[in-house]
Amino acid sequence: MDDRQLQRYSRHLLLPEVGPEGQERLLAARVLLVGAGGLGSPAALYLAASGVGELRIADPDRVELENLQRQIAHGTADLGRSKARSAAESARALNPEVQVQALAERAEGARLAAWAAEVDLVLDASDNFPTRYALNEACLAAGRPLVSGAVAGWRGQVAVFTPGRGGCYRCLYPQEEAAEEATCAAQGVLSPAAGTVGCLMAVEALKVLLGLETALRGKLLQADLLAQRWRVARIRQDPACPCAGRWRAREDSNL
Amino acid sequence: MNIKVRYFASMRDRMGRAEETVTVDREGITVEELWRRVAGGQEMPPNLLIAVNMEYTDASRQLKSGDEVAFFPPVTGG
Repeated sequence: MDDRQLQRYSRHLLLPEVGPEGQERLLAARVLLVGAGGLGSPAALYLAASGVGELRIADPDRVELENLQRQIAHGTADLGRSKARSAAESARALNPEVQVQALAERAEGARLAAWAAEVDLVLDASDNFPTRYALNEACLAAGRPLVSGAVAGWRGQVAVFTPGRGGCYRCLYPQEEAAEEATCAAQGVLSPAAGTVGCLMAVEALKVLLGLETALRGKLLQADLLAQRWRVARIRQDPACPCAGRWRAREDSNL
Repeated sequence: MNIKVRYFASMRDRMGRAEETVTVDREGITVEELWRRVAGGQEMPPNLLIAVNMEYTDASRQLKSGDEVAFFPPVTGG
């Protein structure tokens, strides 16, 4: 790190869990963030400010007026622009040292498999079941840790799925054909509820990148922000899930 | 035996109550059987998250007296 980096990251360097070594790890880390909406906005901004080396932000959608209530990586001037590009620009403005790449495409198929293979960690800040299952599959195949978040109403949840350790997203939600789901479009969402969950995702991503233990590994945190009730419960590895035995620990990484 | 049942988010609205204690006459009733009983025979919604004593589990889990069963609807918003 040069002098400016030592200054920029000085408050991280003071933390015993980060320090110069941890900050170097973050500066060398590559992260894929899928979704630049209510969860992805704060996650992108905090990961960039934290000095994650490479941040790839994927979102096929464009900024719409109803997004601005909570999707804080976009401003009013960004209406109609690609969310991936708008969020990438905000992240770069916060920290020009971060290599930010905008991927204005849907995360699916061979493209997603390639994206996942090129990074150290994936964050699922998407807003629908098909993308969530696709990300789970891509991370299983590539052996990448997956930080998963979701929000609706006043409630949010976060889980960390790690290669070879515990259940996967499909163990949690085995019925891929499920019709009934709580989305922000259907039931609304409190603006900072999305922010809270997105920030929790950034916290968990940094812990994984730093090699720190997380209490959420293989567990699901559910937060009811109206009642301020937070619950953490273990995710059972479903023996019938195709993931069983499929986690392939990445040999060139100790994440 | 008594089982404490808790409903969260839209499950609470659907059931019209946040929690209840259900008395059943035998050990070993499954979560699915319990659901049918509290939901008037309706099928379980897909991807309903079930936690028994703060651990997520599936609907075939057998229950014993004093267990706490919680039902959460799936959340996918982002």
